[in-house]
Amino acid sequence: MSDQQNQPIIECVDMNKWFDEFHVLKDINLKIKEGEKIVICGPSGSGKSTLIRCLNRLESHQNGTIKVDGITLNDNLKNLQNVRKEVGMVFQHFNLFPHLSILENLTLAPQWVKKQPKEEAEAFAMKLLERVAIADQAHKYPGQLSGGQQQRVAIARSLCMQPKIMLFDEPTSALDPEMVKEVLDVMVDLAKEGMTMLCVTHEMGFAKQVADRVIFMDDGQIVEEAEPETFFSNPRHPRSQEFLAQILH
Amino acid sequence: MEGLARWMKKNLFSTPLNSAVSLVLIGVLFQALGPLFDWLFLKATWEGTAQTCRHGEGACLVFIKEKFIFILFGFYPREHLWRPILSIILFVSMSFYSRKPERWTRRTLWRWLKLCLLIVFLMKGGFFGFEEVSIDKWGGLPLTLMLSFIGLVFSYPIGILLALGRTGHLPFVKAISVGYIELIRGVPMISLLFMASVMFPLFLPEGIVLPKLLRAQTAIIMFMSAYMAEVVRGGLSAVGKGQYEAADALGLNYWQKMLKIILPQALKIVIPPTVNTAIGMFKDTSLVVIIALSDLLMTTKTSLKDPKWLGFSVEAYLFVSLIYFIFCFSMSRYSRQLEEEFHYGGRL
Ligand SMILES: Nc1ncnc2c1ncn2[C@@H]1O[C@H](COP(=O)(O)OP(=O)(O)OP(=O)(O)O)[C@@H](O)[C@H]1O
Ligand SMILES: [Mg+2]
Repeated sequence: MSDQQNQPIIECVDMNKWFDEFHVLKDINLKIKEGEKIVICGPSGSGKSTLIRCLNRLESHQNGTIKVDGITLNDNLKNLQNVRKEVGMVFQHFNLFPHLSILENLTLAPQWVKKQPKEEAEAFAMKLLERVAIADQAHKYPGQLSGGQQQRVAIARSLCMQPKIMLFDEPTSALDPEMVKEVLDVMVDLAKEGMTMLCVTHEMGFAKQVADRVIFMDDGQIVEEAEPETFFSNPRHPRSQEFLAQILH
Repeated sequence: MEGLARWMKKNLFSTPLNSAVSLVLIGVLFQALGPLFDWLFLKATWEGTAQTCRHGEGACLVFIKEKFIFILFGFYPREHLWRPILSIILFVSMSFYSRKPERWTRRTLWRWLKLCLLIVFLMKGGFFGFEEVSIDKWGGLPLTLMLSFIGLVFSYPIGILLALGRTGHLPFVKAISVGYIELIRGVPMISLLFMASVMFPLFLPEGIVLPKLLRAQTAIIMFMSAYMAEVVRGGLSAVGKGQYEAADALGLNYWQKMLKIILPQALKIVIPPTVNTAIGMFKDTSLVVIIALSDLLMTTKTSLKDPKWLGFSVEAYLFVSLIYFIFCFSMSRYSRQLEEEFHYGGRL
């Protein structure tokens, strides 16, 4: 994907964020090219979620700049709308809309945000549901599905908006172990299709399989950035070493 | 009969302790209700005059027979009574028809609008050879139903807007909503009714006279909105943060997010307190007696002042309580039904 003059699709420059007095993100500098897959890991409370939530402005940063697909994130509502059309997000707890059927969960945003006609939105939604292998559940409600199925629906719901970038915040950590694989499989497929992905996860198998880079965060800073092979077998920073030692057993 | 026996065995007499408790409670019930039953039915005076009643030991049902039309319809002309009766029947049937959420369509809304116009036309008359009945002759049950129904229809959406204003991010709107809600909740409804009947006329341009009924209706709507707003606000904060974030992340704007995602869930969560407020308000409309509107309670009081029939207040108040109870109980049952209808496959 080097055709776009290597223009990064996401670019953070000296980005800082505070929650009141608390300095959560410190001088974040990050460039992500189109089609890149990034895995973000780090200890609890290090600011991983906050970082990716800044990228679609669920959280606002205080200084530095964030550019997503050429759009600068600021208080401008028009920019915000445009960015959110480009960026999909998958949450740890799925956050499906419980009062809507699976199909309605998928078609709501295309119909209201993109003004697609209902039939078109439904046809596309069904295609995505087939892809994540739950087309037969289209008319059920989220409460009637298993966790793994719900998370696959949540991924499909984001994809319905045809985003250029997908953000995942610990998509498998609320799942029972036997359901983790079905969700990771969907994500691996997505990666193969060339989607730009940022994924907060501690699934090392997934990281090794798809990530172009692993970013390790600690205490609000990006401490280490490396290819997964290098990062997992030979971490440079003492805090990465400590962290890996902990999660490896 | 056998089913009943089995039910009793299972629920009332399953264990020795349960049996003992059941027996004691049944005994207490008989002790308490026996005399009431005697008074109300066995010893009651069914025929005769006030004089017969005074000699009898039981309830004076003659009084009810004599006065129930007045209590129910106030000073509405007797020869046109079919008009309020038909109105109430239509209103109740339409409410019954609309009980199912799948019938909450634009078409039903239109029907309601047409029905309201028809009822006003029936009650007021004045065209097509219908004799006009002036608004100050309206009274009793139709008036009570009207004050509560219109109160609910307006205060629910206003309450939702106030709740959104209060929880939203626009400082000015927020200040106004908070100010309004706290101000109204801080005063008793009676004083609001007084102010409505005394002060509204001062604010209105000269020459415009709002009928007393309308002033009371406005006061009721203002009062109820503040309470509804707080109920809805409870619902808004009970919807998980994740729902707001998912809607934001999909790019929905504020109104889409609220109308499509948050409100449907929030309003569902607060069905019980909403109905609770509605029931409270239905009964509170009786406070309009203090500005001399002849609602159900006022007609009851008036009927007690008839010199021929002095001293039957227990019967009168029991009767009017029964009417209030029928409506309040229906609302409460309806709330249960709605909660079940909105139960989306297990987990919310
Ligand atoms: N809305 C908020 N207000 C104040 N502090 C917050 C808020 N959200 C997060 N924080 C704090 O910011 C820090 C970073 O939080 P964040 O959720 O980004 O961590 P994380 O790396 O995702 O951790 P985890 O692995 O537990 O999800 C934490 O110390 C957290 O307590
Ligand atoms: Mg997190």
